[in-house]
Amino acid sequence: MSEVLLKVEGLKKYFPVPGKIFSSQKENVRAVDGVSFEIQKGETLSLVGESGCGKTTAGKTILRLIEPTSGNVWLRNVNLATIKEKELRRMRKEMQIVFQDPYSSLNPRMTVDRIIGEALSIHGLAGKKDREEKVVEVLEMVGLGAEHLYRYPHEFSGGQRQRIGIARALAVNPELIVADEPISSLDVSIQAQIINLLEDLQKRLKLTYLFISHDLNVVAHISDHVAVMYLGRIVEMAPAQLLYQDPRHPYTQALLSSVPVADPTLKRQEIILEGEVPSPINPPPGCHFHPRCSYRKADCSNLEPPLREVSPGHYATCFL
Amino acid sequence: MTANSLLKVQGLKTFFYTEEGIVRAVDEVNFHLNPGETLGIVGESGCGKSVTALSILRLIPQPPGKIVSGQLIFKEENLLSLPMERMREIRGKDISMIFQEPMTSLNPVFTVGKQISEAIQLHEGVGGRDALERAVEMLHLVGIHSPKKRIYDYPHQLSGGMRQRVMIAMALSCSPNILIADEPTTALDVTIQAQILRLISDLQRKVGMAVILITHNLGIVAQNARRVAVMYMGKFVEEADVQSLFGDPLHPYTQGLLKSLPNFYKDSVKKDRLEEISGVVGSLLNPPSGCYFFPRCRYTHDICRQKEPPLHEARSGHEVRCWLVQEGVRF
Repeated sequence: MSEVLLKVEGLKKYFPVPGKIFSSQKENVRAVDGVSFEIQKGETLSLVGESGCGKTTAGKTILRLIEPTSGNVWLRNVNLATIKEKELRRMRKEMQIVFQDPYSSLNPRMTVDRIIGEALSIHGLAGKKDREEKVVEVLEMVGLGAEHLYRYPHEFSGGQRQRIGIARALAVNPELIVADEPISSLDVSIQAQIINLLEDLQKRLKLTYLFISHDLNVVAHISDHVAVMYLGRIVEMAPAQLLYQDPRHPYTQALLSSVPVADPTLKRQEIILEGEVPSPINPPPGCHFHPRCSYRKADCSNLEPPLREVSPGHYATCFL
Repeated sequence: MTANSLLKVQGLKTFFYTEEGIVRAVDEVNFHLNPGETLGIVGESGCGKSVTALSILRLIPQPPGKIVSGQLIFKEENLLSLPMERMREIRGKDISMIFQEPMTSLNPVFTVGKQISEAIQLHEGVGGRDALERAVEMLHLVGIHSPKKRIYDYPHQLSGGMRQRVMIAMALSCSPNILIADEPTTALDVTIQAQILRLISDLQRKVGMAVILITHNLGIVAQNARRVAVMYMGKFVEEADVQSLFGDPLHPYTQGLLKSLPNFYKDSVKKDRLEEISGVVGSLLNPPSGCYFFPRCRYTHDICRQKEPPLHEARSGHEVRCWLVQEGVRF
């Protein structure tokens, strides 16, 4: 029954930092530093973490919108990380991305018809005659219609633009969609509309989502599995229910406890972390999290904790 | 309305006169703020919550904006009838404000010490050296390590959370009676957000100031405010104490917002569809007739299209702008 659609192995992406003049020493921003996970077909895995933790870079590197430094990305039996440019382009119709900002991710000079139809033509999925028909079909899937075909992005509201962004991704009939903060620039009353749309589409089209977000309330709602990232690494990964009910990594615990919840009667122990996320150029030795961790022991600053299975299906990188 | 309220806002109207027409950004807003309490104002973008805040300090750019009418009674003075000079004394001393974007609200070409001490010098009439010393104390108070060194830093040398701390230090440097915090943590990560919110409430307790907390995040309001006002298209649609607003919301908009929010404490994971509020926020250039919310409301009756509902006290201290509630319809 279950079938792995995407398998990421040891994915790394380092960005070189321009060093001092005449210095031979090269420094790197380790944006993604050895990330591995799998997603079953038709499921949603969420990558969560704070800004700069590498979640967006991971998403883009998986789609090879950014070249990986090392690692493998298997989409079924194709290794996206190593295939040639030409083959990669063919694979693009299997994997699409929905961006955070529906204002800057749509070309303001194109009508909706072209924004969505272009991909169909490029991949030879529609000819001149049936292109419009197909565009209308995907527009209807996202709750828009034929009357929107010849309008420009500025004529739409934020929520509608995000629907166009989703329609553009769906047009080529992909299996995998990377949704990078797809609702964080939308108003509260519109967010639920887009979340429901994404879920309906998933059921209908058997889509597989890699959902990238910092909003832990939304992630709880939408995910089958959740992976928490900190400084380029996954620190905890588990089925969503398990992660929320029994977080094992001190970072996940702190993260969950600091999410504001719309319930004034809720009494909980807030764990306020000290300090801030250190620089990914020179991450702390040992466990990256140890300088902010209230449970740290001597080992934590020397040894790197491996990703360990703490209970079936539940992984955490912590010695405790 | 208690007699001892610190700030009373009555019939505040702030309009913007644009080429396309008049935008009634804030339209007949009434509220009061008691000493030491936190009032949350929530709403979506464009609902008028920031304009309300800026109106209190009379910082509305004019033109195109204008405070058309209303009274802002602060310590028996109407802020709206004060000369600008007196207003300038009040800003930053009696009422101060922190903004959403700590990068753009600090001056990039001055050190943070200079920026904090400037306000102190201006309002407290102390010399440069004393003011700088106060600035160090303030930075220490907001939890910045080695403040003696940090006062010589420029804003770009600090992280987002640190900058927001500097903003708070500056806002509190003259011990204001009221702090207006306009989306103080929206640009920050959740763990830093928790630090800043904790800091504001600790300092509030220490110095006894009142806070107007403006945000779009219902969770932040639920956990930090004592009373909450919900704004929609320039108007207060519901106002109540926090328990009653979240426990028994009366306005269909408030109910819809609360139901549309996923909440990982309440629900089990991966559950049914979220409830949606259909449609989008209407345009203030061309608002609907009657109740502004009726095009999106699931309970619309005839009267909702025809006449605008007044704010009605449904229960003691719980006001709501809805015909159905007023007529005793429960939903």
